[in-house]
Amino acid sequence: MSPEMKAIALRPDLMKIYEIVQPGSRVLDLGAGSGDLLKTLERHKGVTVRGVEISEEGIMECIAKGVPIYQSNLDEGLADYGEQSFDYVILSQTLQQVHRPKLILQEIVRVGRIGIVSIPNFAHWHIRIQLLLRGTMPRTSYIPYHWYETPNIHLLSIRDFRKICAELGIRIRNEWAVSFRKAAMTFLMPFWPNMLAPLGIFEISRR
Amino acid sequence: MEPNSVGIVTTQYFVFAESPHELALECGDTLGPVTLAYETYGRLDSAKANAILLFHALSGDAHAAGYHSLEEHRPGWWDIMIGPGKAFDTEKYFIICANCLGGCRGSTGPSSVNPKTGKPYALDFPIITIADMVKAQRALIDHLGIEKLLAVAGGSMGGMQVLEWATQYPESVRSAIPIATTSHLSAQGIAFNEVGRQAIMSDPDWNHGNYYGGTPPNKGLALARMIGHITYLSDEAMHRKFGRKLQNRKELSYDFLTDFQVESYLHYQGDLFTQRFDANSYLYITKAIDYFDLAEKGNGSLVDACAPARAAFLIIAFSSDWLYPPYQNKELADALRVNNVEVSFCVLDSHYGHDAFLLEAEHQTRLIAHFLKHIYEEHVRGGTHEP
Repeated sequence: MSPEMKAIALRPDLMKIYEIVQPGSRVLDLGAGSGDLLKTLERHKGVTVRGVEISEEGIMECIAKGVPIYQSNLDEGLADYGEQSFDYVILSQTLQQVHRPKLILQEIVRVGRIGIVSIPNFAHWHIRIQLLLRGTMPRTSYIPYHWYETPNIHLLSIRDFRKICAELGIRIRNEWAVSFRKAAMTFLMPFWPNMLAPLGIFEISRR
Repeated sequence: MEPNSVGIVTTQYFVFAESPHELALECGDTLGPVTLAYETYGRLDSAKANAILLFHALSGDAHAAGYHSLEEHRPGWWDIMIGPGKAFDTEKYFIICANCLGGCRGSTGPSSVNPKTGKPYALDFPIITIADMVKAQRALIDHLGIEKLLAVAGGSMGGMQVLEWATQYPESVRSAIPIATTSHLSAQGIAFNEVGRQAIMSDPDWNHGNYYGGTPPNKGLALARMIGHITYLSDEAMHRKFGRKLQNRKELSYDFLTDFQVESYLHYQGDLFTQRFDANSYLYITKAIDYFDLAEKGNGSLVDACAPARAAFLIIAFSSDWLYPPYQNKELADALRVNNVEVSFCVLDSHYGHDAFLLEAEHQTRLIAHFLKHIYEEHVRGGTHEP
């Protein structure tokens, strides 16, 4: 297994995204981080990859892997990318960190034929119970930050995501509920994802 | 000498464009014969596929790395980036750097002898452009028998030449590394250049450019350099380096003597510059910088101008550079991106201002060394960079 494949194997949403993307397609990853997903897609699926990342460290790591990376703030939008210029535009666990989530969702379906968005689900039962019983801001392995240091400024649930897509006229083509490991109720996750799934993945497009 | 220095190097000379094959210039004139001074570091491999052409900035020259002799105090201008194990690794790559056309460090410029008159050209030297400089260097690369460069790289004016090469000779280069540069100099940049030129031309010793054999306009040239130097630094860099520290005194002079360290530094830099640079070359080269506008190739559209580019790009800007600011580098990255060119773009955090490209070794090295490694490996595997 290549080192970047090992790295994405630690993230169930990235593994799912890796499965979804068709070989030989063109992929833009928004918030590409250290470039592991893109490198894996390029190496194992012959995908043409492009990344956008804000941190200097992320940029350095992407360049070190040979992944073309562009330093930019997602809140500035994707104005320079042409309509439907990518087969896939990926936003993995980043929607909750951008200042203008609506804008970025609209941009994703404008620039990509298909958008793939993964989100940490704030309505997961672990979180509900923590807030209900302890009365403190919840922390889980998916949302691990203390309230005073979190980069998450727009937390949402799987239902919230569906609602915003409906409001923006964005079509949800597919959705998956995923978790890190096989939890006791994993088999029930597809039936009540908003309660049982820590992560949601959505395939979206224009109507 | 440090262990990772390229060591003692020698400048070489390439003469071409002899009559009747003079170099046709953008302004309509022709120029010939033309000499280019150049240096090379490392070894050209048998496939001639590991060559990298570096372009220097306004005041640079062919001497990019190493020392000309054991007595030389300072190495070449980009020594921090060129050598064994450095960003431009001379164990792997063959590095070429030539003094630009119009220069005064061995290449043909206004201080060279005009074969028609037997005297220095002075202002009879034709106006040259960035495209002319690149055209001349293309002749050098052809002469060296290199069909396709692994990379072209350079900062500031050097970056302009990178852009010119990548759009004019897209088939002759695999990758391009423009650093702290722009597709067109800002009005502010032109303004500073003009003040520099006026400083030279208002020096009585300039004598309409005819000072060769007499006293050169050193006062004017030193002043131009002082102005230039301010634009290469940043507020923070100057504050850190000098603050309001006094020079060789404990109290203010209450006179127009040199009180502050920053004044003394600028005087020193100005004087130093007159020992190695020709005032007329300064006029010609700053004019070439002012004239450069890549978008002209696309009839005003930078996106169209970038359309011919095929190389993979690594564009590096510096956060505190206000002469070639990050947003201008980004504009360039955007125009290439729209054309589906493989482009990486990074703004490195630095307080050095425009000069950062000459000083920030660590992060630049990380970016460039890795970038070149992938380009080279892809080439070895037979990969291409078609979008």
